[in-house]
Amino acid sequence: MNNKKEAAVPDPNKGMTIIVKTITRLTVGLILLYGIYILSHGHVSPGGGFAGGVIVALSFIHIMLAFGKDVALKKLSMRAASFFESLGALLFLLIAVIGFTGGSFFLNFFADKGEPFKLFSAGIIPLCNIAISLKVGAGLFSIFVILVMLKFTVDGKKGN
Amino acid sequence: MLLYFLCLVLFSIGIFCILRKRNLIKIIIGIIIAEYAVHLFFALVGYRAEGRSPIFTPSENIFNMVDPLPQALVLTAIVIGLAVTAMMVAIAIRIYDKYGTFDITKIRKLHG
Amino acid sequence: MHNIIPIFVIIPLAGAFLTSLIGKKVKGVPDMLGNLSTACLLIASLLSISFVSKCGVLVYKVGAWVPPIGITMVMDGFTSFMLVTVNLVAFLVTVYSVNYMEKFTSKWTFYTLFLLMLAGMNGVIVTGDMFNLFVFMEIASVASYALVAFGTEEEELEASFKYLIMSTVGSLFVLLGIVFMYSYTSTLNMADMAAVLTQKGAGNITLFTGVLFLMGFGLKAAIVPFHAWLPDAHPSAPAPISAMLSGVLIKSLGIYTIARIFYNVFGMGAKFTEVLLIFGALSMVVGALLASGQWDFKRLLAYSSISQIGYIILGLAIGTPLAILGALFHLFNHSVFKSLLFLNSGALEYATGTRDMRLMGGLKEKMPVTGRTSFIASMSIAGVPPFNGFFSKLIIIFAAVQAGYIGYAFLAALVSVVTLAYFATVQKNVFFGSPSGALTASDGKVTKKWDDIKEPPVFMKVPVIILAIICIFGGLLIAPRFSQNFLKAATDALMAGKDYAATVFGGLGL
Repeated sequence: MNNKKEAAVPDPNKGMTIIVKTITRLTVGLILLYGIYILSHGHVSPGGGFAGGVIVALSFIHIMLAFGKDVALKKLSMRAASFFESLGALLFLLIAVIGFTGGSFFLNFFADKGEPFKLFSAGIIPLCNIAISLKVGAGLFSIFVILVMLKFTVDGKKGN
Repeated sequence: MLLYFLCLVLFSIGIFCILRKRNLIKIIIGIIIAEYAVHLFFALVGYRAEGRSPIFTPSENIFNMVDPLPQALVLTAIVIGLAVTAMMVAIAIRIYDKYGTFDITKIRKLHG
Repeated sequence: MHNIIPIFVIIPLAGAFLTSLIGKKVKGVPDMLGNLSTACLLIASLLSISFVSKCGVLVYKVGAWVPPIGITMVMDGFTSFMLVTVNLVAFLVTVYSVNYMEKFTSKWTFYTLFLLMLAGMNGVIVTGDMFNLFVFMEIASVASYALVAFGTEEEELEASFKYLIMSTVGSLFVLLGIVFMYSYTSTLNMADMAAVLTQKGAGNITLFTGVLFLMGFGLKAAIVPFHAWLPDAHPSAPAPISAMLSGVLIKSLGIYTIARIFYNVFGMGAKFTEVLLIFGALSMVVGALLASGQWDFKRLLAYSSISQIGYIILGLAIGTPLAILGALFHLFNHSVFKSLLFLNSGALEYATGTRDMRLMGGLKEKMPVTGRTSFIASMSIAGVPPFNGFFSKLIIIFAAVQAGYIGYAFLAALVSVVTLAYFATVQKNVFFGSPSGALTASDGKVTKKWDDIKEPPVFMKVPVIILAIICIFGGLLIAPRFSQNFLKAATDALMAGKDYAATVFGGLGL
């Protein structure tokens, strides 16, 4: 795949049929958006970091299934996925450690914790959700890529 | 009571699968089945007759809700299960890479 | 002062993810970060002893949530004792890995997984919450599966898969036990659980859960009916990892959890005592007998681990203060000399390229440091007087006699003789005896010339020497002056039994 705009000019030899590719093009953005919605509303409705992260990862896996792995890896390379995975974990740990400033590990340190059913409330919980979704999304995507590519280095899959 | 019994049956199927099957992938499936039986049992422990889901809404007050803690814990356990399953599949594929078979009776370099 | 408790989880986790973030590109960073984290942990764990001796039990409320609802981290004598054991071995092993892991391509992966495993172990030891314990146990286990398969050769993958399957089934039983315990006591906090169990009375469900926990944690600890994975998994891993797995992983995931749950949560009953006594004696005998028939150096060490775990379980089962002191002392000693022996086996493999003892001989001239340290460790594990292993075995046997278990005491002494026998064989075959001209494999191929054999690099020698020194002077730890805050405090924490609940809730007020 060496064409720049791979989504606009699909290579007919790679991936699935034109029907699948067209549907994927239409839906993949919505899936990504839905994932972001789930993760950002984790504190006011069911869902949260893990579920949102899984849906975000699924949108990339969706591209991979329809267009082949080259296109998907161009959108999110393995290096970037691995970077985001570590970054998510570190961010989560950092949020937990900042709790020490208030006196306790994992303390919800915002003075004003907001009120129920408001998006900008709940202190550190939305931030934690974002960190978890980074970790889960990148981690799940890289697990999938590693298992697909058959050329893997044995990697630590952490239960977080 | 029937539900708990079915849970036990599911668990037994999983354990049977682990003990009796010769194929690596079937062993992995057995572990997943047994794991899900335990998760199901955990979720059932938190059940309450006529209970509803423990989601707080602005419009109404909830009186009889099921225990939310097991659900949160089951979610964690599922995540751990995901990590373990990914690890198992990765190792199984690599074993297939080296030995060219999934049959455990043929994978026998270690003994003693 | 309380803030020291989460440190034990924060440092290794931060080290692990920083290593995977920047260690990939910059060479030398993984070594530095790994050693720095474990050194900090060692210092913190030594500090924790003085903290515990000063103010008794420390209880930490994670996120400032009050205990029965929130997660607690508890630090008493037993915790700080285990932390020192784990982090001491971990630090020396990371120093050793600087040179040993050169031959593998991705050092950062190794350090990431290693620190994750360490985070899991420290978490298991520090936590006061049942489900949290399960989560940390799984983190440590998953990291160790990957580490066993680190070399990605046929044997390693096979061993790792076997370990993975059995260990996962063990974790399932633990989870099932936690479910039953939660449904009976409707709490997950270990101290609260103990309080509820005292109040409600321990029924059949406690027995059933006890059996489930014994299966689950027994699998992690490789007690004999559940030991089949250990002799495959431990030799297959790289030498530093073998030292970690055999030295501390089976103890923190297996022995620590068994001791903590059976003593402090359930309260030791006559039935548990009986079962643990039989399992301990069985592990002791079977492990020693199987070890004496091995020619692979690391496999022999793995079987001998099973045998020594039997001693610890036996001591814990007898349950008198003296027996528990002996068991914990033996736990510490075993992590020291078993990791020393595994590191020696790594040095041998590094120098000669083989693990088969029949091919070696007369190596003490070529490798004086390895030869001497492994001699000290072998004598120590066999229980020869001046070394630390002698004192711990003596205490266990003495306690068994005192408690009236003459048969078990006799068995323990007998197994000690068998241990001496097979370690004498090791010494004779590997280090003493006539040097063979060249090391030849079974098909007649020369693996390494005699003249090419030399001592390993400096970072592989230093930790070995430190461990040998601990072996020689370890016996001093039972002197009242040293044992007061270390072994005695740990024993007291276990002997408190179900007062654990009262102590933990009392510690909250501080």
